[in-house]
Amino acid sequence: MHEMSIAEGIVQVLENEAAQQNYQRVKRVWLEIGPLAAIETESLVFCFDAVTKNTLAEGAELVILPTQGLAFCMQCTQTVPIKQRYDACVNCGSYQLQVTQGDEMRIKELEVD
Amino acid sequence: MCTVCGCSDGNVKIEGHHHDHDHHHDHEHHDHVHHDGQDIHFGQGPAHAHVTGLSQSRMVQIEQDILGKNDQYAMINRSRFKAESLFALNLVSSPGSGKTTLLTETIQRLKGSRPIAVIEGDQQTANDADRIRATGVSAVQVNTGKGCHLDAHMVGHALDNLASETLAGGYLFIENVGNLVCPAAFDLGEAHKVAILSVTEGEDKPLKYPDMFHAADLMILNKTDLLPHLDFDVEQCIAYARQVNPEIQVIQLSARSGEGMDEWTQWLADKRRQMLESHIAQLEAQTSHFRDLL
Repeated sequence: MHEMSIAEGIVQVLENEAAQQNYQRVKRVWLEIGPLAAIETESLVFCFDAVTKNTLAEGAELVILPTQGLAFCMQCTQTVPIKQRYDACVNCGSYQLQVTQGDEMRIKELEVD
Repeated sequence: MCTVCGCSDGNVKIEGHHHDHDHHHDHEHHDHVHHDGQDIHFGQGPAHAHVTGLSQSRMVQIEQDILGKNDQYAMINRSRFKAESLFALNLVSSPGSGKTTLLTETIQRLKGSRPIAVIEGDQQTANDADRIRATGVSAVQVNTGKGCHLDAHMVGHALDNLASETLAGGYLFIENVGNLVCPAAFDLGEAHKVAILSVTEGEDKPLKYPDMFHAADLMILNKTDLLPHLDFDVEQCIAYARQVNPEIQVIQLSARSGEGMDEWTQWLADKRRQMLESHIAQLEAQTSHFRDLL
């Protein structure tokens, strides 16, 4: 459900940037969404289409740039890949992991007119 | 996930299985999608530099956090809390975990020691705020309408209605909308998120809703008076919670019988004190820095 708020947040950023960056229309938006960001990208695309109606981003396409989840293992002091928050360290099996990457939710780039 | 047709092999899982594509992707992928063998890389093709046939288009790098706006409001709330040394907690749980009963019982125990106020988040009705007001402390109900969570902007408005200057040194409890998913992502400016899980819910909730238990500093296991009637495995539940958040603290209590409530009120008092002590240390360091500059 909060994908709707996230989509509204994106439109807000696009509108705020429009004056500064001097554009009237947004055609494509590149987002970086980490696997641990609690965002269902399919649902976000759906919500984005709905909330951009009658805005400068109407019809704009969302492109999701996937990132990898990474965590620092406090047991074996290695940076290891993770897919979920409850994953164990792939080296030593410990759950003492500190997430270091993968919870991003960022607008990277726009294609504008 | 394919951004053209919207089909996903991403996060949607049905009973633990990723769904397989059983339709063919015979549509043309846009030129920003770069195929490399089996892998598909978005945003690495030539479209990144120029877009064919769209000469007037240009690319703008903005690098902004999508929740940046919320985080700005949260920062404002946090500095307002700090200015009044108000200890703010964000209470999150599923609906029916006993948050409001826990709050009314907590208020009964803390009342008189420090000022207390409550911000109640629900989709509809002022029932919970009424229950809190019946204990004699001030409460503001925020109805989120269609929303599934409180955001920092709503909390800022609620704070305007609470006369926060009368709450100096006190407790502010923010009872979030009953939802173990969305509130995890929204910082309200609180000192800690507290996840409340009742033992009637099943011990694997921390694994089912890992984001929330990862975001929380404390998990309260509520309704422990019912444990003799249930198969709930407390140790397993705590192990699951530590699996998603090795740092999480756990307090077992029953708001109804009162068992464990002292440990909870002690936790509140200790954390409030720690917050004040760290403010004081910060201010003292600043003061001595300014003194050196005299």
